[in-house]
Amino acid sequence: MRAIKTVNGNAIPLNRADVDTDQIMPKQFLKRIERSGYGPFAFFDWKKDPSFVTNNPAYAGAPIMLAQQNFGCGSSREHAVWGLEDMGITAVIAPSFADIFRNNCSKVGLLTIELPQEDVDYLMSRAEELPGGNITIDVASQTVSVSGTAWSRHFDIDPFVKHRTLNGLDDIGLTLQHADDISKFEESRPALKPDTSRAFTDSLKIG
Amino acid sequence: MPKTIIEKIWEQHVVRTHPGEPDLLYIDLHLVHEVTSPQAFEGLRLTNRKVRRPDLTLATVDHNVPTTDRSLPNPDPLSAQQLETMRQNAKDFAVPLWDIFDLRQGIVHIISPEQGLTQPGMTIVCGDSHTSTHGAFGALAFGIGTSEVEHVLATQTLTQMAPKTMSVEVTGKLAEGVTAKDVVLAIINKIGVDGGVGHVIEYRGEVIRSLSMEGRMTVCNMTIEGGARAGLVAPDEKTIEYLKGRPYAPTGEEWDKAVEAWNALVTDEGAKFDTYVELKGEEIAPHVTWGTTPAQSVPITSSVPKPEDAVSAAAKETAERSLVYMDLKAGTPIEEISIDRVFIGSCTNGRIEDLRAAAAVAKGRKVASTVRAMVVPGSGPVKMQAEAEGLHQIFLDAGFEWREPGCSMCLGMNPDILLPGERAASTSNRNFEGRQGVGGRTHLVSPEMAAAAAIEGHFVDIRRWK
Repeated sequence: MRAIKTVNGNAIPLNRADVDTDQIMPKQFLKRIERSGYGPFAFFDWKKDPSFVTNNPAYAGAPIMLAQQNFGCGSSREHAVWGLEDMGITAVIAPSFADIFRNNCSKVGLLTIELPQEDVDYLMSRAEELPGGNITIDVASQTVSVSGTAWSRHFDIDPFVKHRTLNGLDDIGLTLQHADDISKFEESRPALKPDTSRAFTDSLKIG
Repeated sequence: MPKTIIEKIWEQHVVRTHPGEPDLLYIDLHLVHEVTSPQAFEGLRLTNRKVRRPDLTLATVDHNVPTTDRSLPNPDPLSAQQLETMRQNAKDFAVPLWDIFDLRQGIVHIISPEQGLTQPGMTIVCGDSHTSTHGAFGALAFGIGTSEVEHVLATQTLTQMAPKTMSVEVTGKLAEGVTAKDVVLAIINKIGVDGGVGHVIEYRGEVIRSLSMEGRMTVCNMTIEGGARAGLVAPDEKTIEYLKGRPYAPTGEEWDKAVEAWNALVTDEGAKFDTYVELKGEEIAPHVTWGTTPAQSVPITSSVPKPEDAVSAAAKETAERSLVYMDLKAGTPIEEISIDRVFIGSCTNGRIEDLRAAAAVAKGRKVASTVRAMVVPGSGPVKMQAEAEGLHQIFLDAGFEWREPGCSMCLGMNPDILLPGERAASTSNRNFEGRQGVGGRTHLVSPEMAAAAAIEGHFVDIRRWK
């Protein structure tokens, strides 16, 4: 996972609620077996509308996306996160996020920052009026601030996610440090639990 | 201290707990499919890691498979490549795979319960948000992303923060013609698409108890559409009866021991949930979605709502967008909405009980000349059972297409899609923009309502329609 200490740049104002991952990464691109190259497919159908916000050259290369509540709802497809990552997004700021999407972001190294509705609305209208407006996110101090103004807000982040984000730590590597705990747990696991490697000849009871 | 069933299952699976860190949770069953796993297996290769417990892992192919004759070459080279990748990964990492010609192949959330792999008290994950389905058996089951798929493959664990708990109680009785699908659509309508964020739900109450295992799976399946990652129903006699004799269920002395452990999986008297929601069964009518989120639904007797009646400015704006996309006018009675396509199937409503219900409606009738309707069984065994009961003949005689098992038009990754502007009555779980095909318009309904709509060419109230 990539390490993130600060994010600095302008923000894309995607002023919609309940943006689902089917919109962020439509199904036809889920057939790819690669991990990279999803950026051009992000918001594929919405982008067909010339007035869609990501088509505005003023926001090209912006590292931050602003959105409304429940961003990333629906399908668990991590391809949605890979698409945002590949289009250059390092942080999304919204009033709330869907659970699976948020989790996926934390594994990839994409910040999901929850701010109160009025703060998101302020940043949103500012980004709509001033496409070049500059926002700085500092992970260590957990602040979002607007360049050239005194506006600054604190955000919450899970301390473990913060630690991993600042240091770019591999989640699996961290867990494998506890391999002994896992083995110990396995020894005491009830033997009753099903084993998928068993084979059966009669498997057609339906109900 | 009294505990909820959610807390009990959680505690039984904690491998390691440390202040300031998420718990390390053991996973009893990891279900894998072709779409969300290729990059996870590739990650294992790049880091020289193995699958820790292939014996707790099961792979199948479902999202991307054609539902037409499978002896013919796959018409889509990308899809064929993804299926081939699944085969190669299963082989390289010694993971059991129920492939396309395996009798047990089908939608991942249907085949695992069907074979008795899904059991009470287990932790079950899959790279698919509808993994919540398995909660019907009193299992803690949730969807994960591909990074987490790789994590589970490598370690058989996940790092997870303990969730908040929500009690959703549905009291009383359901009216004739009102199904599990209508119950869950009513719940989502009440709590909203993000009402369950951060929570695991326990579904409780007389109505939930009265549902069959299939019905409980339908309710748990759509938990994620209300924002909660997992939802479950405490096991009871129906759960035990369903599991008995299934291939992967315990036998003999082990069965008795297992049943004893399952019977202890109840929420203790006096245990507290973080959030409480209550619905009255008598007040639930057959539901139809009108918009582009699963919360945008109304009873069949209503009309398309007016955006100005929305609870907030944001909801009004969302409703306006939805109406434009759906090409609907506020105030139109739901029964006057005509449809072009009908899809009966998916992990929500592709089980044998769903097909029986739809066939009972279709029997001796004909699909309207303006409608193309298709039935896609959820699994190989569901298809065989339906054929043994003659259901396929009822559907074929009525003019429905009868297909091979898979996810099909629920997400339209295979050729089963809506064309731009087409309107569908669908038994699936998501009415998002473009979900079933770019520009397609989806209305979510129960199998009975979908079959009746196929015959009439528009929505009808199944309670009054004979």
